[in-house]
Amino acid sequence: MTNALTVRGLRLTRGSREILKGVDLQAREGEVVALMGLSGSGKTTILRVIAGLEPADGGDVQAAKVGMVFQFHYLFEHLSAIDNVTLAPMQVQKVSRREAEDRAKALLDQLGVGHRAHALPRELSGGEAQRVAIARALAVDPPLLLLDEPTASLDPARRHDLGDALHALAATGRALVMTSHDADFVRDHATRVVVLADGRVVEEGDPHQVLGHPQHPATRELLQVERARRR
Amino acid sequence: MLFRLLVISAAAASLLPAPAMAQPQVLRWGGDAEGGAPFVEADPSDPSKLTGFDVEIAELIARKLGRTPQFLQVQFTSLDQSARRGDFDIGLSGIEDIPARRASLAASIPYYEFREVMTVRDGDRDRYRSLADLRGRKVATLGGTIAYDLLLEAERSHGLTAVSYDDDVHPYSDLLLGRVDAVVLDNVLADRAMRRNPGLATHADALATGHYIIITAPENTQLRDQVDAILREAMRDGTLEAIFRKWNVWNDDQPRLFARVAESGQSGSEPVASPAISSATMRYLPSLLRAAIVTLVLSCLAMALAVALGMSIAIGRVYGGPIIRLVLTVYVEVMRGTPVLLQLFVIYYGLAAVIRLPAFIAALLGLGLNYAAYESEIYRSALEAVPRGQLDAARILGFSRGQTLRLIRAPQAFRLALAPMTNDFVALLKDSSLVSMLTVVELTKQTQIFATNIGSWVVPGLLCAVLYLAMSLPLGHLARRLEARWRLPTP
Repeated sequence: MTNALTVRGLRLTRGSREILKGVDLQAREGEVVALMGLSGSGKTTILRVIAGLEPADGGDVQAAKVGMVFQFHYLFEHLSAIDNVTLAPMQVQKVSRREAEDRAKALLDQLGVGHRAHALPRELSGGEAQRVAIARALAVDPPLLLLDEPTASLDPARRHDLGDALHALAATGRALVMTSHDADFVRDHATRVVVLADGRVVEEGDPHQVLGHPQHPATRELLQVERARRR
Repeated sequence: MLFRLLVISAAAASLLPAPAMAQPQVLRWGGDAEGGAPFVEADPSDPSKLTGFDVEIAELIARKLGRTPQFLQVQFTSLDQSARRGDFDIGLSGIEDIPARRASLAASIPYYEFREVMTVRDGDRDRYRSLADLRGRKVATLGGTIAYDLLLEAERSHGLTAVSYDDDVHPYSDLLLGRVDAVVLDNVLADRAMRRNPGLATHADALATGHYIIITAPENTQLRDQVDAILREAMRDGTLEAIFRKWNVWNDDQPRLFARVAESGQSGSEPVASPAISSATMRYLPSLLRAAIVTLVLSCLAMALAVALGMSIAIGRVYGGPIIRLVLTVYVEVMRGTPVLLQLFVIYYGLAAVIRLPAFIAALLGLGLNYAAYESEIYRSALEAVPRGQLDAARILGFSRGQTLRLIRAPQAFRLALAPMTNDFVALLKDSSLVSMLTVVELTKQTQIFATNIGSWVVPGLLCAVLYLAMSLPLGHLARRLEARWRLPTP
């Protein structure tokens, strides 16, 4: 297995605040890596740096072509679901309309939203919008898929469907990196968890191991906050 | 400028309650000093004073009535309405004797006889000898005059195009510039234009004759009768002749007129059957509809120009470098910060020495360039209102900056801009009435001509309002439907 993503010593400062203080991160094909950490620990920022949306102040990012699914989806509001999916293949990759549409339909079907192909984003539920956003990201066939808080807009039943979808994607040889604050979801569906605290990686490994027997105080605090939030 | 101030102060003064007295001490007389010599003009040596034969006649009347003359500046085309409102006691400023005026106002006996004459460029003297020679050509005159009616008839009989101006100076300057090929106006104006503009020739033959009269409010027949008596006396004792001689407008027509007036012994204002409003409306309806089409076509083209240019400016201001941004900002501020009327004048008359734009093109450019400044601000804020996340998503998918703008940002911005754009289009539809200053006869101008000819604003005003609403209401409806269809979720 090869690395779809290698991050070394990533540093990032915003104003006087050091957000990332030297983060290392890898993701291999077939892996589902979960980034966890308290709010403000820099999880989302790491995804944005990897995607090239934010410049880093130091360190090294080697990433394959990236697809990203945002927490709030950011579907193109003026286009139908299927047009959201076909726009980049047709305009960037110069794929024919017919080919792009066939592929988009297949992706939407596969994700269970084929029947919503002609709906506008504002007409979709949170879960539907998220799956359209995944289809849009996959349409350009990126080896590395980033997902920011993918469970945030889902009810528990949908969470399980999403987990299955992520496994299926990983099984096709992609690397997935997601941020999440949902310990149960990470335990059930991630292949590896990376815990961030204060701009550094404090603990990483098998999700059952790390979340079942947290070694670092930050991980324990994270789980406590998570439990408190659930109650 | 000075006269504008006079208007304002006079208008303000007329708002105050008049002191109750049997015989007012002041004789307010209305006229248009923009018309200039020899009627009424600011004294070149002292612009606060007025000179002209109409000024002297007004002073004569005031003196005979034992009152002090006080001038009120009124736009020539508004003199009738202003008299009816009672803004002034008597009005005189080369006011022509036409039936509609006699029907709706108290009018004096005629005090001067003029000939409608045709003026052409020197070189065309032999080519254009009568209106029949001007088929397919443009002929200019002052709107709402006998000469204008004459030209409207010649449009039908000789196939020329009548061009109506709001003043009597620009017809002649546009004649020299080649924008029109002849001017038909009365001999007094033609003589003055010949003195001012070398290179013009006037054919002396009268196309028609007409008379100047003095007007008062319709109910003020007592004052009108006093004015008639004073005029008759001035005709008999040579006072009027002396005034006309002083201003170089005395000729053989006048003694004949004076004799006729003395013989008739009648008051000036024999009630003349007013043209029936319904028949006048039927007569004017086609031209009102044509003028509404001019308004609509002009507004649509100007808006298209404003939208295209406004989008380019907005994109330049959002994406451009500092120099481009500065230049565009200056453009927007200058166009927004100066009156569109001034811009229209500069484009049509100011640039005439460099480029002689046809009136419609000048109007289109003036409105389009002006509205582009407003549109650009709408698009700029709309572009900036497209959520950052949309641009992030586009970037990760590999779209170039140009593609992102064309495929994602601009289409979304356009939807945000739709409501304010519709608003501006309706405003433009109404602002397009300003281009009548450039001789384009659009809806408001045609309404004004209609109103002047029948001597009332009620029916023309209503028709005009209905036509404007017929244009703007469907537009607002369409915009609301599009908006509903494109409604963006609240972020």
